[in-house]
Amino acid sequence: MSSLILRTAARHLLPLLVLYSVFLLVQGHNHPGGGFIGGLIAAAAIGLYALAYDVAEARRILPAAPHYLIAAGLLAAAGSGVWGLMRGKPFLESGWLQTQWPAGVPLELGTPLLFDAGVYLVVIGVAVTILFTLAEED
Amino acid sequence: MPLIVPVLVPFVTAAVSLLAWRRAPVQRLLGAIGAAGLLTSGIVLLVQVRTQGIQTSQIGGWPAPYGITFVADHFSALMVLVTGVIGLSVAVYSLVEIDGPRQSFGYFPLLHIMLTGVTGAFLTGDMFNLYVWFEVMLISSFVLLALGSERPQLEGALKYVTLNLVSSFLFLTAVGILYGEVGTLNMAHAARRIRALGNPDLVAILAMLFFISFGIKAAVFPLFFWLPASYHTPPAAVSAVFAGLLTKVGVYALIRTFTLVFGQLELVHTLVLILAGFTMVTGVLGAIAQDEFRRILSFHIISQIGYMILGLGLYTPLALAGSVFYIVHHIVVKTNLFLIGGIVRGLEGSERLERLGGLYNRKPWLALLFAIPALSLAGLPPLSGFVAKLALVRAGLEVGEYALVGVALGVSLLTLYSMAKIWNAVFWEAPSDTSKAAPGLGGGAQAVLAGPAAMLALLTVCMGLLAGPAFLAAEAAAAELLDPERYIYAVLGDAS
Amino acid sequence: MNLVLPFVVGGLVAAGLYMMMRRSAIKLVIGLALLSHAAHLLIFTAGRLTRRGEPLVPEGETVLPKPYADPLPQALILTAIVISFGLMAFTIALVYRAYQETGTDDLDDLTVTEE
Repeated sequence: MSSLILRTAARHLLPLLVLYSVFLLVQGHNHPGGGFIGGLIAAAAIGLYALAYDVAEARRILPAAPHYLIAAGLLAAAGSGVWGLMRGKPFLESGWLQTQWPAGVPLELGTPLLFDAGVYLVVIGVAVTILFTLAEED
Repeated sequence: MPLIVPVLVPFVTAAVSLLAWRRAPVQRLLGAIGAAGLLTSGIVLLVQVRTQGIQTSQIGGWPAPYGITFVADHFSALMVLVTGVIGLSVAVYSLVEIDGPRQSFGYFPLLHIMLTGVTGAFLTGDMFNLYVWFEVMLISSFVLLALGSERPQLEGALKYVTLNLVSSFLFLTAVGILYGEVGTLNMAHAARRIRALGNPDLVAILAMLFFISFGIKAAVFPLFFWLPASYHTPPAAVSAVFAGLLTKVGVYALIRTFTLVFGQLELVHTLVLILAGFTMVTGVLGAIAQDEFRRILSFHIISQIGYMILGLGLYTPLALAGSVFYIVHHIVVKTNLFLIGGIVRGLEGSERLERLGGLYNRKPWLALLFAIPALSLAGLPPLSGFVAKLALVRAGLEVGEYALVGVALGVSLLTLYSMAKIWNAVFWEAPSDTSKAAPGLGGGAQAVLAGPAAMLALLTVCMGLLAGPAFLAAEAAAAELLDPERYIYAVLGDAS
Repeated sequence: MNLVLPFVVGGLVAAGLYMMMRRSAIKLVIGLALLSHAAHLLIFTAGRLTRRGEPLVPEGETVLPKPYADPLPQALILTAIVISFGLMAFTIALVYRAYQETGTDDLDDLTVTEE
């Protein structure tokens, strides 16, 4: 498929969609969103790119091969659980790091975000693998 | 040791193996080390349960019944331990038996994800979480079954996937209704609420939904057709771990649900007794009609499932201890037989009995290695199968179920016949069809393949000779199963 | 709604089973998908359908203001949907691969494992 309109749109939509997916990921702890839905949107963006160009091109724009994304995501999720274990608490007990942005805005970083980031990466990896495998069959 | 460790070890192993994508030597090393770690954590867990009683852990620090609870009683700990044993044997065996392409498409990560699902299912104390672990285990088993994409594998996988998805659908339905009725998914909490629920009809419907769903997974008569259609198609290492572990997770779920959550239900336990008899008989009769090494063994899995649920049906301390012992014994022995089937195929290039023969002359050690688990499966003293069957038969006589005891003994004889048939055809007689081209195996490869098989054979001998100490753990497990209050108290404390 | 949804669940199960009884592999996949949708909807229905407030503790309070809706069924369904998404993707790939290998969509022709 080679439509000029789709290709131009896909190129400009990709950064927007990825940014939106990260936004959903970050706000997921207190509002609608989260790692799964964010990951799906990012994967959809890459899928759109693969439709507009081709799978090889889409593979090129991924920061790492899908199985590395899956591995990194699984390890991040496991790590967020082990955090609690290391401090003698139950597995997956959340820990929070209270810091401030330079301008004095409070910033709360916690293991739930790490877990969600792990889910995000796994979902991108898995969804993209499925898409690429089915698309490359033809 | 935190309860999550036996789940975390294979999970992290799988994730790290994925990082080593396409680097087969690293993945092989990780696969074996991870399995050894799982075995170690299983041993530690059992020691912990033996010394300190039922262990619980609230995931994320959310107290039961709101969060997910992990619970390890004797039954769970024993199952985790034996999962470690099987995981290690199969991982070592796979180093040689699984070919290069399969390894490079993620065989070892998948194996470890499956082990994650299995140990998770054994340790969780939450119904919905059990569903999730089941699915983790199933989807990796689907891929392991189809990995390689040979035609029989794909056809077998399609049947296996379909029936397991139907079973998952029933399980999910049952979970939904359970939640709608008692408003909780924590097994201990649900157990309390179900006993307080004054609606026996609804409880019966719920129990039947769980029973059918776990029955499909455990391959109970008449829901077993997917098993002989699929288990002989993948490489021997895969079918060995399936034969050893997967159906037993279904049996575990049956026993857990119908002791802890529902307690003794007249309807279900009568049904279990009847089905146990039919399962034993159809499995063994199916096996007699087969003439291929692993196909015979596949049907024997079904007949053995009958013995395991027989203990659940009889519902006495001795019977449940027998069931628990039987499950552990069966996992060890059945995995071993499948591994040996793989060695025979590797040596001779076929599994069809008429093409095999005379192996006793060339490989007497293999004949011995086959004889031990085969006789144990049939239940000959002094091997572990004898102890397991003796306990069940005695329990049956105590309750007065003479017909079922007769069936169990008859099926044992037929099992012995079946094993003798394999023995004669593979090791004793001259091959009737000599037009074969044996690919052969190198000496080093044979040693790696025989190592795990020998270890498992040793284990079944030990479980038979040291039956007293081994049976103590099974009795402790049965005592806990028959007194759900201990489990419930460990999870919930005094809160209702 | 409480009366309508059980019928929808029943209809989905019936349609799913009907599709599974056909001999075509792709209809089998559709049937399985319908069954999983039925199960999700059933959990949703079993969790009681009511119009109530969201189960969030307001700023400054320590307990939930009643009446609130039960959030758990939705969480369960979300998990179940994710799982069935993965399973369906795999099953479709499997059916496709089996079709390539065997050249047929007819389940009655898949008899290699029975011979």
